[in-house]
Amino acid sequence: MFVNPTSQQTTTWLERNVVDIKQKFGANIILETKGLRVLYGDHEALHEGDLQFGEHQITALIGPSGSGKSTYLRSLNRMNDDVATVKGQILYRGVDVNRSEIDVYEMRRRIGMVFQRPNPFAKSIYDNITFALKRRGVTKKAVLDEIVETSLKQAAIWDEVKDDLNKSALALSGGQQQRLCIARAIAIKPDILLLDEPASALDPVSTSKLEDTLLRLKDNYTIIIVTHNMQQAARISDYTAFFNQGTALEYDVTSKIFTRPKVALTNNYVAGDFG
Amino acid sequence: MNPKLSNKIANGALYGIAGFIVLILAALLGYIIITGLPMLNWHFLTTPARAFTAGGGIGIQLFNSFYLLLLTLLISFPIALGAGIYLNEYAPNNWVTNVVRTAIEILSSLPSVVVGLFGFLIFVVQFDFGFSILSGAFALTFFNLPLLTRSIEESLAAISNTQREGGLALGLSKWETVTRIILPAALPSILTGVILSAGRIFGEAAALIFTAGQSAPALDFTDWNPFNISSPLNPMRPAETLAVHIWKINSEGIMPDAKAVSSGASAVLVISVLVFNILARFIGKRLYQKLTSAK
Amino acid sequence: MDKKLQEQLLKKSKAAKLERLGRGVSFSALLLITLTVFAIILFVASKGLSTFFSNHVNFWDFLSGKSWNPSVTNSHGQPEVGALPMILGSFIVTILSAIIATPFAIGTAIFMTEISPRRGAAILQPVTELLVGIPSVVYGFIGLTVVVPAVRTVFGGSGFGIFSGTFVLFVMILPTVTSMTVDALKTVPRYYREAALALGATRWQMIYKVVLRAATPGILTAIVFGMARAFGEALAVQMVIGNAALVPTSLFAPASTLTSVLTTGIGNTVMGSMQNNALWSLALVLLVMSLIFNLVIRLIGRKGAMPK
Repeated sequence: MFVNPTSQQTTTWLERNVVDIKQKFGANIILETKGLRVLYGDHEALHEGDLQFGEHQITALIGPSGSGKSTYLRSLNRMNDDVATVKGQILYRGVDVNRSEIDVYEMRRRIGMVFQRPNPFAKSIYDNITFALKRRGVTKKAVLDEIVETSLKQAAIWDEVKDDLNKSALALSGGQQQRLCIARAIAIKPDILLLDEPASALDPVSTSKLEDTLLRLKDNYTIIIVTHNMQQAARISDYTAFFNQGTALEYDVTSKIFTRPKVALTNNYVAGDFG
Repeated sequence: MNPKLSNKIANGALYGIAGFIVLILAALLGYIIITGLPMLNWHFLTTPARAFTAGGGIGIQLFNSFYLLLLTLLISFPIALGAGIYLNEYAPNNWVTNVVRTAIEILSSLPSVVVGLFGFLIFVVQFDFGFSILSGAFALTFFNLPLLTRSIEESLAAISNTQREGGLALGLSKWETVTRIILPAALPSILTGVILSAGRIFGEAAALIFTAGQSAPALDFTDWNPFNISSPLNPMRPAETLAVHIWKINSEGIMPDAKAVSSGASAVLVISVLVFNILARFIGKRLYQKLTSAK
Repeated sequence: MDKKLQEQLLKKSKAAKLERLGRGVSFSALLLITLTVFAIILFVASKGLSTFFSNHVNFWDFLSGKSWNPSVTNSHGQPEVGALPMILGSFIVTILSAIIATPFAIGTAIFMTEISPRRGAAILQPVTELLVGIPSVVYGFIGLTVVVPAVRTVFGGSGFGIFSGTFVLFVMILPTVTSMTVDALKTVPRYYREAALALGATRWQMIYKVVLRAATPGILTAIVFGMARAFGEALAVQMVIGNAALVPTSLFAPASTLTSVLTTGIGNTVMGSMQNNALWSLALVLLVMSLIFNLVIRLIGRKGAMPK
């Protein structure tokens, strides 16, 4: 391996450098993991991923494919329960939610998720938004209408769909579908929004609209986003974590990660040398 | 032999064989239509059968077939749906699931006459339902369950996992996700499976001989109270179906025009199955388009 | 720690309750089917075995006896319940129809997948689907009115017998075996074919030496599946085989199968009588054979799943 000239200030190759953002920046921690490990059968996909997430911040998780960043994200609201063994603590506002007594449905209502591929239901746009609300007992038409409008507006798709709310959601373009999925997720007013490479299936124009949406949502929601797109992480996130081989190798404010990372491997990755 | 020559010979033989199969179907259908179609008129389709004289119809048998089909689907669909959902959405990959799957496979390969005999033993004799529509419907349910369960399971499996994740991520239970999101999306193909199974039920006879019985007592089509013995809706009356009727009049050989009646009844059976097949495809396609397209 | 949040998260939500209910309901549906299967096996076995346990018929005599006449007692004071004629009848029609159907099924399947997939999809697939859908009594009826008289004219005798039964079964199982063979051929990867053609093989050499070899387990499964259907088919066979419980000596003489004796006999006997128990023993043989066919299919599947 060679040492990249810009990485002079790096101190280590593989030693973890995870900054305590509460201590260092006074961040208000809404979610953190302690001793989190994820196993698929015998294969441990995540060994050392512990991070803290600040309230009303956007945190980006970056790293090469198979580095464990998606596994980590999906463990946070226990979407991996069926396929993997998740050990350790997930502290959501101080409450460990990685316990069998925790009502996982109530927890997921607060920690929502948007996926890589847009997955609107085979229903109308309106029903996509109201579906979960109705299941939770919200039935008043006026209330539902109101929520549909505000969440579609927050997701920056209202103007495009307001005239055909009864149209099938499957008839929308990919970018619109993904913003609809975000609207669907925020309609139930979660606390935290997890996004698993939400722009990877979108074209550049849709991607930029999506990024605008996320930046605006930041005022009301805590956002954790997995992305392959380095520029995207740099553009929208406050903090960035770099994952490699099942480990969160480096975690710091985004500008630091992209300009003066401490770990050489992080530097190589953000410089585009591998991944 | 020269490879080129053997290639030619094989090619010719394959064309011959494929043609032969088409010929078989053409001959079968042709025979049924040519001998059966002239029989089909309103009188034949609506009047009761006559055992000893010519000129009877198949009215009661036809009604029985449809009623039995309806009852069977009413009983078997919820069970198959539950089983299909559990198998596709919940069943862990362990020995219990393995045993269950094996059991379903065994049930699907059991000769229908054995299923009928079991139905006879349990419902006709033990539960004292006698030869009745209800006994027949239960026997046909056993016969129908494995295939319907499998077809529902496959329909559910065809719906992308991202849809399930979408529901779960909104804090919904798996059950709500499956019943409210996955099931509606799988509806077109589930319906196709149900209609195709209806075709099988409609033509089945061996499982019914000793359960629904081989007699078709006269029905009073003005009496729709299911508790009256002559009511068409009474589920406790014996009910010979169309398929059983064909078998019976041919094995007894008393009815003078048994051959003509059988031809007509066969034509009705085959046309019904044909209609079921076409309907299955058509409805499935239409529903699918309706679900996915812009309204 | 947020106490209020903790409480909210620990409370069982409506969704959690629904989940338990739904899981329970769907599992009970599955359990019901499974229990039914066990019940069928148990009941048929207990009825079928009573011939040997309560009526003290020797099991070997049952399998090898050539005379079936349960209401008559033989010189040893034992009822005449030799099931050999029916067992032989069932096996002969099954094996013969499978032997005849196999080349046709494979040929058609090859035509559909290798020679002319376009015509296969447009013509042959609907044809096979329709043939599968035709009810078995209709096959029986046509056998009775067309095949039996034709056999009578050509070969003499009554026309009823093994030959007619075999012919009807052949037509009946042909579409099933064909469509399963098509599925088997379709699973052979495309690159197998391309590799063979690239080596200079003719199309027939490619099919014969590569595709058929690779698809052998699937084709065997299809054939056994067809045999299971033929063995268990009742009415169509019963209508054309003649129903004489005699050890078959000619393809054209009336004979009988397990299913044909069952369908004609069970209604004429009294539940619990010797004659009735003997019929249940025949049903048990049918059941056991169906389990064996199932087992064979599984064994082929397991073997076929191994790397080639």
